[in-house]
Amino acid sequence: MIDFIKQPWPWYFSGSMIVLIMLILLFFGKSFGFSSNLRTMCSIAGAGRKVKFFDFKWKDQTWNLMFLIGSVIGGFVATNYLSSPSPVKLSSATISDLNQLGIKFDGGLNPTGLFSLEAMKDLKTLAILLIGGLLVGFGSRYAGGCTSGHAISGLSNLQVPSLVAVIGFFVGGLIMTFLIMPFIF
Amino acid sequence: MKFIKYILAGTLFGIIMTKSEAVSWYRIQEMFRFQSFHMYGIIGTAVVLGVIAVWLIKKFKAKDLAGNPIVFHDKDKAYIKYLLGGTIFGLGWALTGACPGPMFVNLGSGYAGMAVVILGALLGTYLYGAMKSKLPH
Repeated sequence: MIDFIKQPWPWYFSGSMIVLIMLILLFFGKSFGFSSNLRTMCSIAGAGRKVKFFDFKWKDQTWNLMFLIGSVIGGFVATNYLSSPSPVKLSSATISDLNQLGIKFDGGLNPTGLFSLEAMKDLKTLAILLIGGLLVGFGSRYAGGCTSGHAISGLSNLQVPSLVAVIGFFVGGLIMTFLIMPFIF
Repeated sequence: MKFIKYILAGTLFGIIMTKSEAVSWYRIQEMFRFQSFHMYGIIGTAVVLGVIAVWLIKKFKAKDLAGNPIVFHDKDKAYIKYLLGGTIFGLGWALTGACPGPMFVNLGSGYAGMAVVILGALLGTYLYGAMKSKLPH
């Protein structure tokens, strides 16, 4: 069983498991949407005193924060106990494109050159991560949801607004990948 | 301990996201460069099965754990906010390789830099809240 889990998962198994998460939350009487947690965290930090948007009954969202804590634990468990020793099977075209940007493929899930503690000594890297995160946070609240809320929950319920949001995700992603990243890396 | 089931569901989510490699910065780049079917396969499978599951839940009026009918809320009909917000989200998604869930999953995996991304995401969320009334929706 553990050996079965440890091998890299095929896409159809992964996709099915993500639907399972959505169904588990529906069965618990909740809906799958991760980015709401960012709003809740701002409220807990006291943002509601200054901005009305954060003045809401965040305690009703405690379940989602627990889900968030679980997701951190899940990342830890998967990486330390369930990972496969073989490198990610990234396409060779991507490896060579990223090389041209100066980002080396190290076989892991994320480039250590961008995300390791060591990389945080570089001001430019810090700025890239901070601004990137800012865009994700701003955009997901503006669009009323992220990949889980729109691409999974919303599209599963055939919501046209979610389709518009997902198209936006791709418009932004393509602009960043092809027009902006060549200038910042 | 009514919250333990959510922690367990989150743990399962973190494992799934890591094992599916959907938390991978490299995989997100590969997706936006259209160089592999991997991410499209994952999202495509999830959407197709999700549509079927939601349809079945509605058809058979399935109930949740507490015995209440499972309800789905329609997203409000507006388009500017979805398109503009979505585009801004996409810019950040491609740059950091992480949407909100994977930021936290990757933090658990030991990528310290994700703490900076999370800090940025909280700042961005706050900025949206502060600017909300001035933005087109």
